[in-house]
Amino acid sequence: MKYLDEYRDPALARHLLDELRATATRPWRIMEVCGGQTHTLVRQGIDELLPAGMRMIHGPGCPVCVTPLETLDRAMAIAARPGVTLTSFGDMLRVPGTGTDLLSLRARGADVRVVYAPMDAVRLAARHPDREVVFLAVGFETTAPANATAVLHAARLGLTNFSMLVSHVLVPPAMTTLLDDPDCEVQAFLAAGHVCAVTGWRAYEPIAARYRVPIVVTGFEPLDLLEGVLMAVTQLESGRHEVANQYARAVRRTGNTAAQDAVRTVFQVTDRAWRGIGTLPASGLELTEEYTRFDAARRFAVRDLSPAEDPSCIAGAILTGARLPTDCAAYGTRCTPRHPLGAPMVSSEGTCAAYHAAGRVRSQP
Amino acid sequence: MTIECPAPRHEDEVVLLGHGAGGRLTAELLDRLILPATGGGHGPLEDAALLPDHRDLVISTDGFVVSPLFFPGGDIGCLAVHGTVNDLAMRGAQPLALTVSLVIEEGLPLADLRAVMQSLGKAARDVGVPVVTGDTKVVGRGAADKLFVTTTGVGRRHSALHPSAALARPGDAVLLSGPVGLHGTTVLSTREGLGFESDIASDTRPLHRLVAALAPLGPAVHTLRDPTRGGLAAALNEIAHASSVAVEIDERAVPVPGPVASACDLLGLDPLVVANEGCLTAFVAPDAAEDALTALRSLPEGAQAVRVGEVLPDGPAGRVTLRTLVGARRIVDMPLGEQLPRIC
Repeated sequence: MKYLDEYRDPALARHLLDELRATATRPWRIMEVCGGQTHTLVRQGIDELLPAGMRMIHGPGCPVCVTPLETLDRAMAIAARPGVTLTSFGDMLRVPGTGTDLLSLRARGADVRVVYAPMDAVRLAARHPDREVVFLAVGFETTAPANATAVLHAARLGLTNFSMLVSHVLVPPAMTTLLDDPDCEVQAFLAAGHVCAVTGWRAYEPIAARYRVPIVVTGFEPLDLLEGVLMAVTQLESGRHEVANQYARAVRRTGNTAAQDAVRTVFQVTDRAWRGIGTLPASGLELTEEYTRFDAARRFAVRDLSPAEDPSCIAGAILTGARLPTDCAAYGTRCTPRHPLGAPMVSSEGTCAAYHAAGRVRSQP
Repeated sequence: MTIECPAPRHEDEVVLLGHGAGGRLTAELLDRLILPATGGGHGPLEDAALLPDHRDLVISTDGFVVSPLFFPGGDIGCLAVHGTVNDLAMRGAQPLALTVSLVIEEGLPLADLRAVMQSLGKAARDVGVPVVTGDTKVVGRGAADKLFVTTTGVGRRHSALHPSAALARPGDAVLLSGPVGLHGTTVLSTREGLGFESDIASDTRPLHRLVAALAPLGPAVHTLRDPTRGGLAAALNEIAHASSVAVEIDERAVPVPGPVASACDLLGLDPLVVANEGCLTAFVAPDAAEDALTALRSLPEGAQAVRVGEVLPDGPAGRVTLRTLVGARRIVDMPLGEQLPRIC
């Protein structure tokens, strides 16, 4: 395809692969944290071209996948109420809750709408003062600034019919949780470029030092990923463990300070449940007391939620890189994009969905 | 991996938007409900049908429900002509006549209706196909989304052309008459106000002249299809399945305009599954491939025609693969339903 040529050039890709083969003397295991990177790796088949034995471990960085079931069930209970318009990004709508999903609720009459930015939900609330407009706000540090800005805007407009169901998650606590696991196989990380564009990479420096693990801030194009892997392997081979920046065209060490200010104004760090993983201390964001009037969870007192995962779904093991989608007995049979049992099969950034879209099949029955 | 999902079906299942997106959900709806009820479904599903006892005549019908009604590069009026003309053309036919049925929502400004009908009339005149009959219904506010247009077309086949989705053969060259992804990204961008409108315009246009240019190649033209809903991925999967062949395309050869690529990148959409309204894919015998490309390129609508792949000499029947930029291979699956923009 003739676009973004400099980051998709086949000759450069071959050159990087050759260099990688010449550099790697051991079967290193590297985790790409971000689901977008998993998607590129699998779509391009990059992981299958790596030197023998070297393995990419797919990380928990799909925001759709790690949104807790309880949050989804709460969102659906709110959406089912009369007078409510529930909004979110497209790929949240197909995630299975305990009983159904938001797309199916919409087909049955609930007012569920796709928005492309949280500010769209604010505008919707301003246009329809007779309706309660709720934005299901999930995602990593990447989406938090836009969500914070939407809350600030709603406050400036004095809206009383706009609220957010907030379930933000943070990357560094997920990385340290994985590294604290004695069975962790990860020897280096590719950190998500767009997260670091917001936060910078200072927060990663103590992790690299403490766990003696190279961390390479990496972009999303095929050549970005190949170069990120090469930079990680080069460090591993020479015994170094630093934070390096492959994505220099978009990321500074200090990140985007204006975005960070907006997030700090509206959100505060809290413990957060991750779907399939469990509750991680200080791993999420919630609205600060000053903006709690925009908290949909408080505005709509939903009771009697009894979230229950499908017992055959191994999403937790997939999200932590402990298992591959093709290890799952339900993959491609009971669990498909048509009828996903767990979130990693839903979003295009989910590891299971990325494998399925690329036609990967179970290696054993 | 199985195409059929063994999950139990529920009695209270309802139609989802994705059932209309031209992917696997649409196929399920056709296979399990619509075709059994109507007695159809024998043989491959084609863009247009041969009229029984009149094998030189082809018929096709199509409903158009696009929102918004007007978008860069076109509107629902010209789209309704081009869509049906193209479906006829994909069976190797020259259009003879069109019918038009309108379902109009109460409250639609007459100026909008006039603009759509003038565009429809102009498109039909440009193709050279008369609108011979039609129907007009008005429904209450909320019972339709502004305007639905259904067109039916009848065409006569070029004598030597008998393309079918089931006729692709090992060794065939897979040709594409132009870039992919323009229509789908234009409509999405316009509908949602995403700001790409200044960069992208729909490719809606008639393709019958391209087919007429291919007519001298006769039986060497095995399969024609315009990749509309479900995009190139759905079209290739349908052909591979109907012909029981393995198709492989080269990612580097598939032309994706820069603005389409940017929009798809931003939204997490795959250009291969985004709808088109003005390009066709042709499966032609290998020794006729260069002549076919020359014929396509002789017309403005085929000026950017390229060879994007081939039917593999042997390979799993029904499988479509893509040679990726970095030299790996991956399967291009049938899209599921409507594409949902990703979160970030």
